[in-house]
Amino acid sequence: MKDKFRPTWQELPIAGIILEPGNIAESRTGDWRTGLMPRIDQEKCQRCYLCWAHCPDISIIIREDGGVEIDYYHCKGCGICVKVCPYKAIEMVEERGLG
Amino acid sequence: MAKRVAIEGSHAASLAVKLANVDVIAAYPITPQTHIVERLAEYVANGELDAEYINVESEHSAMSACIGAAAVGARVFTATAGQGLALMHEMLYIAAGNRLPIVMAVANRSLSPNLNIWGDHTDMMGSRECGWVQLFAENAQEIFDLTLTAFKIAEDEEVLLPVVVNLDGFHLSHVIEAIEAIEPEEVAKFLPPRKIPDYALHPKRPTTWGAVGVPEIQTEIKYQLEVALRKSKEVARRVWREYGDLTGRYYDVVEPYRLGDAEVALIMMGSFCGNARDAVDLLRDKGVKAGLLKIRMFRPFPKEEIVESLRKVKAVAVVERAFSPGGVVGPLTADVKSSFYGEPERPSISGFAAGIGGREIAPTEIADAALKALKVAEEGKLDGGFEYMQVRW
Repeated sequence: MKDKFRPTWQELPIAGIILEPGNIAESRTGDWRTGLMPRIDQEKCQRCYLCWAHCPDISIIIREDGGVEIDYYHCKGCGICVKVCPYKAIEMVEERGLG
Repeated sequence: MAKRVAIEGSHAASLAVKLANVDVIAAYPITPQTHIVERLAEYVANGELDAEYINVESEHSAMSACIGAAAVGARVFTATAGQGLALMHEMLYIAAGNRLPIVMAVANRSLSPNLNIWGDHTDMMGSRECGWVQLFAENAQEIFDLTLTAFKIAEDEEVLLPVVVNLDGFHLSHVIEAIEAIEPEEVAKFLPPRKIPDYALHPKRPTTWGAVGVPEIQTEIKYQLEVALRKSKEVARRVWREYGDLTGRYYDVVEPYRLGDAEVALIMMGSFCGNARDAVDLLRDKGVKAGLLKIRMFRPFPKEEIVESLRKVKAVAVVERAFSPGGVVGPLTADVKSSFYGEPERPSISGFAAGIGGREIAPTEIADAALKALKVAEEGKLDGGFEYMQVRW
């Protein structure tokens, strides 16, 4: 298949059935953001993980060292993490093409 | 040797479904279809048929249940009519789009209002773009044969599409005729159990059906269905040849009657083709060279066969039990006309709506339609328009 996202009618599985489970991770929902993206101030972050618990798109990643970062490939920029952070450690900033 | 039995048209469908050894029947009763599923419910209750009979709360649910069962790999049947088909409309597309080989009988009934339980083809014509293979039976024998062969056509790997067998409400569904059935052992050889595809729904192999079809893939998904539906014509012919070798009854997508030297040809579908043959004989007795081309397969539309059969006739009279409100002509007439557009040899074509809401169409009326079409041709006109021929003035 030359282009996974633009298959020919012959390449497409019958009825467009998706044969592998868990494939939503491949969808680049990060490009749904409309100009603003969340940014974490690592100095202020207390690692309470409330943002991780609230993120509807599983786009808050807890690193092995316990630190927090954002998965911009999937983050849709809804800003819920900004609202729930008790330490004001996350803010919405102008998009910088990180997605 | 096949037994000859007297059977109601509806029950001819039920018998074929029993012989096809279906796994699931999901249906909601509606006149004039009810006898079909009533008999199937009896078969299941008596232990004559080992199937799951699901009583659902509506036709929308009936088709939904059929879709789920067929997606798992079951052989599935349902039946409906008129308003029931209309309520099912949304799910008809899902069944075809998901490429599920469901078989359905529709005992054709006029759509409300006014409340009318009798036959015409407006129900199926209203859903004709649903992507199903659409067959029309003329008598109880055809109901039996087309229903049984429908499973084999539907399940063919080159098709994998649902098939609807249309039978005129009352004129076929409630009339007792003699038919030849075939023995279960012969059916078992002709129609082995459905082959379950690798992608069938199964907890161990999760798959996603009917996911978002973004603009980048929706065209390709629809085109896949188009290719399979067009292919089904050739597959149906292959299946009907095999069935003919087994039973001696050979079918094709169209069926000519006295067309050889015909100057005017009738085109019809369903039970009134019998009256149309009488009309042809009446006309022939009067010296008019008339013939009939019966359409057995409406989708995919047998354009090539129609053009081939009728390119030499002067006039064609399409007499259909349907109309297209606000459209140019009725749906069958429209398809016949489009088939000929661009052909170097084409007859003059006139369309007629008749037999609406169960009204009889007498052979003399059909003969009149043929004569009108012939007059249009003799006046040098290619287009006879479309006439509601039984309206009182």
